[in-house]
Amino acid sequence: MAIFVNENTKVIVQGMTGSEGTKHTKRMLKAGTKIVGGVTPGKGGQSVDMDGQLIPVFNSVAEAMGTTGANASVVFVPPKFAKAAVMDAIDASIPLVVVITEGIPVHDVAAFYAYSVSKGKTQILGSNCPGIISPGKTNLGIIPANITGPGKIGLVSKSGTLTYQMMFELRDFGFTTAVGIGGDPIIGTTHIDCLRAFQDDPETKAIVMIGEIGGDAEERAAQFIKEYVTKPVVGYVAGFTAPEGKTMGHAGAIVSGSSGTAAAKKEALEAVGVAVGKTPSETANLMRKILNG
Amino acid sequence: MDLFEYQARDLFESHQIPVLAGAVATTPDQAQAAAAKIGGKVVVKAQVKVGGRGKAGGVKLAENADDAKEKAAAILGMDIKGHTVHKVMIAQAAPIESEYYLAILLDRANRNFLVMASVAGGMEIEEVAHKTPEKLAKVGINPNIGIDKVKALEIAKGGQFPTDVIDEVADVLVKLWQAFIKEDATLMEINPLVKTSDGKVIALDGKVTLDDNSTFRHPEHEQLVDHDSTNPLEKLAKEKDLNYVKLDGQVGIIGNGAGLVMSTLDVVAYAGEKYGVKPANFLDIGGGASAEVMANGLSIILGDSDVKSVFVNVFGGITACDAVANGIVQALDMLGSKATKPIVVRLDGNNVELGRKILNDANHPLVQQLETMDGAAAKAAELAGK
Repeated sequence: MAIFVNENTKVIVQGMTGSEGTKHTKRMLKAGTKIVGGVTPGKGGQSVDMDGQLIPVFNSVAEAMGTTGANASVVFVPPKFAKAAVMDAIDASIPLVVVITEGIPVHDVAAFYAYSVSKGKTQILGSNCPGIISPGKTNLGIIPANITGPGKIGLVSKSGTLTYQMMFELRDFGFTTAVGIGGDPIIGTTHIDCLRAFQDDPETKAIVMIGEIGGDAEERAAQFIKEYVTKPVVGYVAGFTAPEGKTMGHAGAIVSGSSGTAAAKKEALEAVGVAVGKTPSETANLMRKILNG
Repeated sequence: MDLFEYQARDLFESHQIPVLAGAVATTPDQAQAAAAKIGGKVVVKAQVKVGGRGKAGGVKLAENADDAKEKAAAILGMDIKGHTVHKVMIAQAAPIESEYYLAILLDRANRNFLVMASVAGGMEIEEVAHKTPEKLAKVGINPNIGIDKVKALEIAKGGQFPTDVIDEVADVLVKLWQAFIKEDATLMEINPLVKTSDGKVIALDGKVTLDDNSTFRHPEHEQLVDHDSTNPLEKLAKEKDLNYVKLDGQVGIIGNGAGLVMSTLDVVAYAGEKYGVKPANFLDIGGGASAEVMANGLSIILGDSDVKSVFVNVFGGITACDAVANGIVQALDMLGSKATKPIVVRLDGNNVELGRKILNDANHPLVQQLETMDGAAAKAAELAGK
């Protein structure tokens, strides 16, 4: 088992004909992802050769779904056109949209997120996220597929490279699914959504949760863990040394006044019994101890 | 991007939100001229992007233009919580009868927008929320529906605005919403919104934050950027399209990915406790960084006179470690004898063997490689502490 995506997920790539889209479509195919089509408005009817595999291009998500039976989309469309692309996917009622694009205006994200909620058919992952991988099964996004293989750990993280780092640290154990939920102020899939899914997934034995400064998502996740999660959770929070009022790379990573600090997040997690590491490697060691009993 | 008060005032005015006459001045003479043009009593207000300027003496009433010049001379150059005052705003003085509060902001927790409206203004809104929560209306707004007059009236009623101003307040709220949307703001706050003794509703002070991700559709926002107080290294980094924040330590940091770089700062700070050193900056070279990007980043950090050692921490996901290694070698070639600080490198992930080999073969006297992030952080801290 895995959460949200598995070996049967049929994937389309919005923005597949762009340079990033093409590059990552090839990587995803190599990782075994079932990519059944691409969407670029105005380029429907063409096919693109992806290292020997011909992938058809459609004008809209609805058209792509109708022809291929796709049930997930990965979005590489540039910020300027990302809102229209995601709206198109929601209109087609596709079950999952993974928005990799970085730099989408937050008003656009707020608009497509609210639209997805009102339609009630589409789960959004991201924006500004590395995607989701169920090692050995499928890979939607830009997480390198060769870091580690399948295993028993579930991972949820705001950050891409910290996801990679943590998968690398725990490569001898492997993962059911690793989800990068993204560093934007508004994201479609939260820590809580992933924690719930990992708790409900019988193959996931333990969970690593990586947070960072800004907002109060980690505090709310802590409350959720207390109420719902019985599996062991270890945590890591980045940004203890971040100064107030400065955005640290991710649009959402900012300490404003006393809210959003790493210390407050660590405290909230520890208060509900989550072991929080000081560094990524210490966090990995905490997980190691749990899995080795 | 946070705006200065005078920029917020101008932005409000351009969206037909009622404001008083006001102008910005960078010298006492300019302040005098602005006050003369406005006429009568004026308020001279320090323009800093930090709260508490009133208590710090950064807001003064002036009787006339000559007085405004004097008051501006006293305020310009002041230090308010570490912010030097480079500009003052000269604002028309008004007889205030009541002070209210109105704001629209991005609500991360609820993933929509939030309006806050209260008859109790002029103080910190947290204080109102705490002491008299019944006087504060907090209403979530669906971005695809927005705020029309009916909704605005309902919100104003919830904020307990008196009947004689409720209609005007609702008008201001509708205009504030339109401005919020058109400008791609994440915060627009009017505090206080006032009723003057002649019954007018006016935005007296404002805070605005604009979304940096929206600049592609707002070329006009570029002119709002405060170049005076931008750190020169941050400015240089921005020109090179690098994500850089200057901090006050001694260990220069370069990494890929915001989360990993934040984490690197923390790990260096822990390791640095022993040696009395801290991270000197945040620098994210991003995903898929090329040798050129690496070289640009390294030369900015080596140009920071506070930096005593450098820690390059890369986990190659899309970024290839050989490109990073080539970037380091190129940057050092380019800088030649100008590069004098030790560089600790930790590479892992995509093409790591090749990356490590390139650095080993180059055998540069300033560069040493360590295998783990924690080990490399400790080494960089030790070198900076020497």
